[in-house]
Amino acid sequence: MTDMTNRTPARMERVSALGFLGYALGLALMLWCLAGAGFSLDKVVSAPPRFADFVSRAFPPNLEPQVLSRLGWKMVETLQIAVAGAVIGVILSLPVALLAGRGLIAGPWVNQVVRMVLGFLRAVPDIAWALVFVVAVGLGPFAGMLAIVVDTIGFCGRFFADDMESVDKGPAESLTATGARRIDVVACATIPAAMPAFVSTSLYALEKAVRSSTILGLVGAGGIGIELKVGFDLFDYPTAFTVILMIAVVVIGIEQLSGWARTKIIGDQR
Amino acid sequence: MPSSVTDLDLQDRPVRTERALDTGVQRIPVPRVDIEAKSVSKQFGATPIFEDVSFRLVRGEAAALVGANGTGKSTLLRCMMGLVPVSSGQVTLLGHDTVKARQAELRTLRARIGMVSQKHNLVPRLSVLSNVLHGLLGRHAGPRHWSHSLAPEASRHAAMAALDKVGLAHLAMRRADRLSGGQQQRVAIARAIVGQPEILIADEPTASLDPAAGEDVMELFFQLAREDTVTVVFISHNIEHALRYGDRVLGLADGRLQLDATAASLKAPDLRGLYD
Repeated sequence: MTDMTNRTPARMERVSALGFLGYALGLALMLWCLAGAGFSLDKVVSAPPRFADFVSRAFPPNLEPQVLSRLGWKMVETLQIAVAGAVIGVILSLPVALLAGRGLIAGPWVNQVVRMVLGFLRAVPDIAWALVFVVAVGLGPFAGMLAIVVDTIGFCGRFFADDMESVDKGPAESLTATGARRIDVVACATIPAAMPAFVSTSLYALEKAVRSSTILGLVGAGGIGIELKVGFDLFDYPTAFTVILMIAVVVIGIEQLSGWARTKIIGDQR
Repeated sequence: MPSSVTDLDLQDRPVRTERALDTGVQRIPVPRVDIEAKSVSKQFGATPIFEDVSFRLVRGEAAALVGANGTGKSTLLRCMMGLVPVSSGQVTLLGHDTVKARQAELRTLRARIGMVSQKHNLVPRLSVLSNVLHGLLGRHAGPRHWSHSLAPEASRHAAMAALDKVGLAHLAMRRADRLSGGQQQRVAIARAIVGQPEILIADEPTASLDPAAGEDVMELFFQLAREDTVTVVFISHNIEHALRYGDRVLGLADGRLQLDATAASLKAPDLRGLYD
């Protein structure tokens, strides 16, 4: 019998000089970032009493019927912005993703250019798109919807393309072997195979759109965000607190609904 | 025994001919060469897969392609179909050079060939009927053949007839991924034959099936191929299948075609050397 203790590896590997340097650099980078972010222990310690003061002034939330009615309609508008923007964005994402996906219908140069454009759409935050569209089409929910459309294309275009690239290539090769054109192969083999991932990504895009649309009002792009801003600006913390609670309830509700829909649509079709 | 099927061997078989030789005594039909590989070589980067592979198959002939794993059998089939470019050499299918053919020509040519893969390669979420209709995409491009609900009546009938031949017409509307492995491979065969191909290519069609289902699939595949006098190339690791279903056996080993003989002239031990 061999002596196993001689061959059992050590629990921890000894760190090399280069590894040690890497850790030290990582730590220095983190300290530099904290300094840039204005990290202050004093502020951390003094924050809880101030937060408690805010809660005491905000509680109980404003539940007056006319306030609830006004906020309720603003929340409906928020959902309208989110749903319209997400649905249009998802629909427009499919042709964009076909151009972005490698080996689908377009050549590598087109793939690269479309992916760069999608990267740009994602890199600009939705609130910045909302500001741009407020300038372009004026204040109101339409600017918010356009911001959601652009943000959804940037998100879904990229993920739809990745989903199509990662499906099993077997069915596509078999259809290619029948003499089918690329577009027919993509329509008959690639898209059906990627459909569960499309549904999942689209539902996530809807959740994301609902979260985004709640703050677009801060820049005048419609929705309940404007009520939050006005509440804080006028020190009407009970109303602002009501808005925060409504946003939380709606976002959690949409996430639950989306999870249920995901299971119903793709759960038994995998 | 001759090393390949001769013209005279084929006289009693229902072979379609394109021309005939005038012997001065009687006109002997000359079978048409459907598949011809001339000095075909393939390498991936600096790694050679096979080199100098040459063979020809005439109409109605069935050739078993055998050899150990990694000898390039599947790659050779893909090279023949133009799915993978050859490094050198010439492949002629149905009189067309697939190496020099442009994409549009290749598509037209592929529409005359049926292919069955190791894995059935059906689109899992679609109906059996839609999957079979996809076998007609080479002849009828466009959205009308994307789904059974859009397809023209003639195509639906052709697909149902193909399903009937493989005994699965009653499952036409079932989702493909709800079938057993053997049934899925039968659907793949229906998809391959729906366009009435002149050549059938099968890459280990029984690899993912149990022995009984594998026997059924091979029996069905060759019954259909012989009914229509289709030229067949199939890969098999089952020596018994290679000898029973092939008229010819082509053996790849060490990157070369080491064996090209009639199945009748071979016995199982002759093939085992290819796997050493």
